[in-house]
This record gives sequence, structure tokens and C-alpha cells, in this order.
Amino acid sequence: MEPTLLKGRETQIYRKGKEPFAIECDKQSLAGAVSQRACVFCGSRVVLYPIADALHLVHGPVGCAVYTWDIRGALSSGPELHRLSFSTDLQERDVIFGGEEKLKNALLELIERYQPNAAFVYSTCIVGIIGDNLDAICKQVEAITGIPVIPVQSEGFKGNKRAGYNAACRAMFRLVGTGDTSDISPYSINILGDFNLAGEIWIIRQYFEKMGVQVVANITGDGRVADISRSHGAALNVVQCSGATLDLAKMMQDTYGVPFERVSYFGVEDMAEALYKVARFFKEEPEILKRAQLVVREELSVLYPKLLEYRKDLEGKKAAIYVGGSFKAFSLVKAFRLLGMDVVMVGSQTGTKEDYQELQEITDEGTIIVDDSNPLELSSFLQEKDVDIFVGGVKERPIAYKLGLGFCDHNHERKEALEGFEGMLNFAREVHSTVMSPVWQFMPRRTGK
Amino acid sequence: MKHTAKLKTGHPYISTTNACKLCKPLGACIAFRGIEGTMPFLHGSQGCATYMRRYIISHFREPIDIASSSLSEKHAVYGGGSNLKLGLNNSIDKYAPTAVGVATTCLTETIGDDVSMLLREWRVDADAECPNPEIPVVNVSTASYSGTHMEGFHAVVRETIAQVALTDAPIPPSQDEDVKIGIKPLNLMPGFVSTADLRHLRDVCEDFGLEPTILPDYSDTLDAPVMAEYEKLTSGGTSLQSIRQMPRAIASIEFGRVLSACGHTGGELLQEKADVPLYAMGMPIGVRESDRFFNTLSRLSDRPIPRRHDLERGRLLDAYADGHKYVFGKRAIVYGEEDLVVGLTAFLSEIGIQPVLCASGGSSGYLKDAIAAVTDGLLREAPQVRDDVDFFDIAQDALTLKPDFLIGNSKGYSFAREQGIPLIRVGFPIHDRMGGQRILHLGYRGSQNLFDLTVNAIIAKKQRDSPVGYGYI
Ligand code: SF4
Repeated sequence: MEPTLLKGRETQIYRKGKEPFAIECDKQSLAGAVSQRACVFCGSRVVLYPIADALHLVHGPVGCAVYTWDIRGALSSGPELHRLSFSTDLQERDVIFGGEEKLKNALLELIERYQPNAAFVYSTCIVGIIGDNLDAICKQVEAITGIPVIPVQSEGFKGNKRAGYNAACRAMFRLVGTGDTSDISPYSINILGDFNLAGEIWIIRQYFEKMGVQVVANITGDGRVADISRSHGAALNVVQCSGATLDLAKMMQDTYGVPFERVSYFGVEDMAEALYKVARFFKEEPEILKRAQLVVREELSVLYPKLLEYRKDLEGKKAAIYVGGSFKAFSLVKAFRLLGMDVVMVGSQTGTKEDYQELQEITDEGTIIVDDSNPLELSSFLQEKDVDIFVGGVKERPIAYKLGLGFCDHNHERKEALEGFEGMLNFAREVHSTVMSPVWQFMPRRTGK
Repeated sequence: MKHTAKLKTGHPYISTTNACKLCKPLGACIAFRGIEGTMPFLHGSQGCATYMRRYIISHFREPIDIASSSLSEKHAVYGGGSNLKLGLNNSIDKYAPTAVGVATTCLTETIGDDVSMLLREWRVDADAECPNPEIPVVNVSTASYSGTHMEGFHAVVRETIAQVALTDAPIPPSQDEDVKIGIKPLNLMPGFVSTADLRHLRDVCEDFGLEPTILPDYSDTLDAPVMAEYEKLTSGGTSLQSIRQMPRAIASIEFGRVLSACGHTGGELLQEKADVPLYAMGMPIGVRESDRFFNTLSRLSDRPIPRRHDLERGRLLDAYADGHKYVFGKRAIVYGEEDLVVGLTAFLSEIGIQPVLCASGGSSGYLKDAIAAVTDGLLREAPQVRDDVDFFDIAQDALTLKPDFLIGNSKGYSFAREQGIPLIRVGFPIHDRMGGQRILHLGYRGSQNLFDLTVNAIIAKKQRDSPVGYGYI
């Protein structure tokens, strides 16, 4: 295999078993390296956008807004304002004379047209350069319209996606603490870090509700402004995923004393553990734990026999994982194990040192662990390890298909719910349907033609 | 809440809701992938490159690697030169491209990076670091705050001609001169068409004995076969060698009535600087516009229209006759890139469909005239033409215009669904169907394809709405 590593990238790749564990991460992407990463704006857009009754206005040229128009499957049970793409569509004259006037008029116009419960205004690269005073405009519009108008400081070049998560959390934190909490149960939680892709939050909420736990706010999938504004009244924050909303949980802990637990809803073990964690938190009410056990037992009795069917076919097949956040990667490693498959490569765009440490602990000898990778590296790893399935997002999909191997979309664009016990079954079905497809038999990778 | 719920108010500024256009650098990246071995390189922050890759992938379903200078805050203040140079060296090192296409973004245009100068500096001190210091680099200025992706696309065509074909360097002789006796080289700049369109255009030209240099040609790079080994930069595309020969062609053909009205095109450059005669015409969609193209080829090649194409034309007319009743008087909204809208309108009007609205997010100012020219003598009523619109506007208009169908890219889907209007998918992007990148729109054969799609969409709707259903039509 041709060495495809760029100088300056070696330290971000680790092969388990070779040397003592060491990996660098959280670095600025290397110029010219075709990173799979996006920008700060992207990070905050991902987190905030599922709030369905808020207006999301992108202040910038048209590109940033069109490329994020309804690209993610965050579903709403009511309003769908989040699925539209609003932009101030800055033009040359605005770049010269400033875009504040335009922003103000756009906000007034859109708020009047759609009557949202709040507005988020995202700054993009160019706004950072021309120096529009977002804060001032938002304040003015807030005074006129009477709804929260919140600037999101998300200039694309000021860091990576992770910085965008932080900007989003700071923006949401302005809503928290403004709503009435009087009718909230002592056994209540907020669901943080789930975006309701393909309706996943509806599955999770249902488990919690069966346990007798009240869900105050979904942050942010199927999210509502009013719920978030009273979310500080919940007894516990349940945070999924490595980074997206962790900052908000921390802020809420510091300011309102709401503790948090980190969980994952992917895979059987992690899903069950998520429910138990919450149940254990409410230990003064032992019924909750009993009900949680009941939920898990019921779900598993349906799930296991079906999983075993898939496992028969999938035993010994090889999987590679490259996802945005590394927390998801842990669950995926376990989920593949449950299906009898070996994970031979795992990586993420934004993992931390601790994340990678943990990955190296749970993976097998020889597994490649990689931070902030790119198409050339990924394709060479896939070929080297001769994998049967690659798990990633839209940008990774054509790499897998071009090489004639299976793929599972585990990113924001997925249309199948993969969380929860039902999600595990969907996942198994999807993995099965791609790994077992006869089409790969005809691919040049296998036939040499 | 439906986004068509309330009318626009009289505020002095109207925001964009669901834009019917994309930004300039995106068009540039696609066009650069139509040049052999060329690595698109965006001088800007990381996000744009990633977003555009994602967006292009959703249509073409192909890997597309776009390098970026990944600028950070520091560069935004002190200039992005150092990262541009580092990024060039890195991507040349790793991808071993035969050329690099550098496009700017709103960020680098605004901080005022002088890319031509930076590239000259890079050339001077590239030797030490750069694995291929001689590599051709085409650079285009594509500030995303003016114009649409189409300007970015055409800028690449023009600048490639200016920077590769029209330099002072002597024109290299063609590779195998004697084999090609009797074959006439032709330049063809078709604009933003599908991969199937590009392949068809090549076949058509070759059937006339013409050897076309199609610029750009991403028919292989963005619609490639599955591979045993991963290709860093998918092979195919217009070769630099043939681009250098463009000044020697017998003529240039350029599609796009709006494009030629805007002027300053690649074809014009070749005409001015190298005396290559330019034939500017609309996109060949429909019989009338296709005839112009085929007749031009016939004149240039000095050959009659080959029988297979004549037959194709005849079959198309036969289909027009067979199906005319189903479509006559039907009302359509056409939207998308200006020149594609013009081509589609030409086609729709000649089969008896009334385009009630021709809409584009572009704002060249020439759309109206171009539409008038191609519908001349075909329509009893001039269509409404609106440029610089977004999907909010189009959806609003649809409420009152009550079209029978929409024809345009996938982006019309949400309001088509809301209003229950059938949508015929053409153009870019098509990300909610398979094969969107391979739809044939051009020539008699493309028109045949569009005709069948259109008639069938109307029949399908009729069957769906019918209380009894029917088997034969
Ligand atoms: S212009 Fe900046 S904010 Fe917008 S997509 Fe590009 S990198 Fe992100």
C-alpha cells in the first residue's frame, strides 16, 4: 500500500498493539489535507437547528445557508420552522458598507412572517471580518418583537466544529432559567445531545416515560423554546454524545445545580445502562429502577432472537468506523461485537485524548485508531484491512461504494432510527442488508476485474 | 407551520428563504473536476470545502476531494498566504495532481488576499517544499457574495482558457497528427450539464467527424465506475494538452443564451485572442434549439446530419405527435440555473405547454430576453419571468398560478409536496432520486427523454386522481 500519510499527520494515527498508546487530537486541520471536518458555524448549526419553533437566520453569503438547508433528518412533532433555510444573502455592497441594516430588516420581516418563539442569528466567516455588531442588532430586534433574539458567535474560521458546539450552548443558555418550573416532577430529566434523527428521541422518551420519569426538554431534537427556558427545573440532565451539549450541561450545573450523567442510546448495553443510570439517580424511588428493568427485559425478549438471526450471517465480518463524535464510536464498537463482527478501524473528527484512550482499551489488537482523517487515509485503511462494512456519513459513503464495500450511514443524515432497542434492530438490519448483498461479488475489488 | 402561510411584507429588504442558487466556489469546484488530474483547492476556511463536498456528493454520489487552506483566526487577521502555500504543497504531495484549481471564498476575498501574487511568491520559493513546482495552477476569483454557482463555473472555463490555452507558450503540436487526418478539432463549452449530456455531446460531435475538446468534462470524474484500487483523483476530464490546443480548433461552440448575453466568456476570449470563430447558442433542448446545434455541426464539419441523428429527430417528432394531447395547455413552473431554464422553456413551449413562471435565483438581467427569444412564435401568452428569486417566492407564485407540474431540481420538493404538485426532476442538485446525475437533457435524444418524463408525469397524475383508474391511455 502506498504511504498516504501527510507529514504532520502521523501523530494522529495509532495502531493498537504496536507502541504504547499515544495520539494527538484537537488540532487545527492541516491545510491541503482534505479534512472531513466542517467549521464553527456548522457545529452550532447542528446543535441548534432542531429547535423547531425558533427562527434560524444565517447572517452571511448564501452558501453557508443553502448547504445546511434541511440536510439533517431532525424531525419535529409540530412546527417545522427549522427545516427552512434563511439567509441574509450578503452581497458585495453589504461587505463594503456592512450588513447590519439588512440583518435587522431580515429579522423583522421573518419574525413577522413566521411568528417564531425565538430567533437564533448565526454569524459566518464574513461577518467576523466585516465586524457587524450582531449583539446590538439582536437586542434592538428583541426590544421591538418581544421574543428572545440570540446571536450565535459562529464565525467559521474561529476554530473547528467543537467551538461551534460551545457557541450553541452559550446561545441556548440564554433561554434557560426564563420559564416557569412550578409543575415539574422531582423525577424529571432533560434529554441533551439528541437530535431526533429519524424520530429517535420519540423512542427514548417513551422508555423514560414508561419508567415514570418526566422529560422536561428535548435539547435539541424536536426541541421547543418554552421547554428549554424551563429546563433548569429538571432534576437531572442526561447528556448524550461526546461534545455537542456537554457545555450546556456544565453551565446548568454551575448556575442551577442541575447534575448531569453521560449516556449513549446506541446498542443494547449502552441503552440499558442509560436507563439504569437515570433510575439509580432517582434511588429514593425504587419503583423507577424496577420499571426500567421491566422495560429492558421486555425489549430484549423481542430483540434478541431477531438479532441472533442476523448474527448467524455476520459472524466474523470486518467493520470500520469513522464518525463525527467519538462517543458514538464506543457504542458502535460494542454493537458490532454483539453482531459477532470485528472492528478493525475506528476514528472520529473531534475525539479527545480521553476518548481515544478509551477506544484503544476496548478495541482488539491491530485496530487502527485515527483522529481528523481524510479520504486518502480512510480508503487506504479500508483496503488494508479488507473490511466488509464502513460506518460513516455522507462524505464517507462514496469512498466505501467506490471501493465496492458495504456502508451504513450513521451520521446526521440517516433516515432510519438507530437508537434504542428498536434502533439496534434497525442497525442490525441495515448492516445485514449491506454486508450480505450479492452485489459485492461482482466488484473489481473482489474479482480483480 | 407552512412556509407559504404569510405573504411578504413591505420591508425594504427581503431576506432569502430557501435559496434557488448556490455559491460561486461550488460551481468552480465542479468545473475544476472536469479538467484532467485537477485538484480543486478552496482558499478559505475548512467549512466551505467540507460543505461543498457534501453537497456535490449528494448529487453525483461520487467522492470529490476539495482541498482547503483551512484558514483560522490568525490568518483572517494576518492574511492566508502561508496556509495557501502550505496547503498547495500538501495537496500536491499527497494527491499528485497534474494541475491545481484555486478558487477564493468570501473570506479570502474580503480579507483581501491577492491570490495571483501569492501564487507567484509560492512559485519562487516552492522548490524546496513542493514536490512539483512546475505544476500548472489555474486561479479564479469567486467571492460568494456576488453571483451564483454558475458564475463560478463559467469563471473556471474562462480562466482555464486564459491561463492554460492563451499563454505566450507555443502551442504544442497535437500528439498523433497523421492519424487524425480529416478530423477537425472543435471546442465545445456546454456549461453546467449532466454527465450523460457530456457523453452524448461527445458522441454527436464524433459522429460528424469532429474532435471535440469539451471544457469542462466531468463525465468520467463525477460519474466513475467502481474501482479495485482507490483513485486519488478520479481519472478523466479535459486534458491540459487538449486545452492548450484549443486556439487551433476550427470553431468554438458555447451553450447558454444568458451566458452569451453576459459576455466575457471563454469562447469570446478564444475568438479575440486566437481568431477561433465562436458559435454561441442556447442549450440544445427541444427541436428548435437542437436544430441550431446540429446544423452548426453540419456546417462546421461539411457533412449532412448523420442518419442516426436524423432518425432520432424524426422519432422525437413522432413522439411529439403521439403525446401532444396529453400536454397541450398544461401549465408549468420552470426553475433553476438561468440557461437551463431557458432551454427547458424552449422545449416546453414547443410541445404546447404553457410555462407560467420561469424562475431563477440568478440575476444576470438577461433571463427575460432569452426566454422571449426561445418562445417566440410558440406561445400565445408570454410567460412570467422572475430572476433573483428564492423558493419562498416561487411557492407563493405557485399558489396563484396553479401549475400542473414543476420542472427543476430537487429543491422544489418541499413546496411541491405541500401544494401537491408533481415535480419533474432535472438539473442540479437531485439528491432524492437515483440517477439524477445521469439524466439526459440535451439534443434530440435528451429532448426525447424529457418528453417521455413530462408526458408520463402528467399521465401518472391523471391515473392517480382518476376515480376509476384506467389501463390504456
Ligand atoms: S463561509 Fe465560513 S461559516 Fe460559511 S460555510 Fe464556509 S467556513 Fe463555514
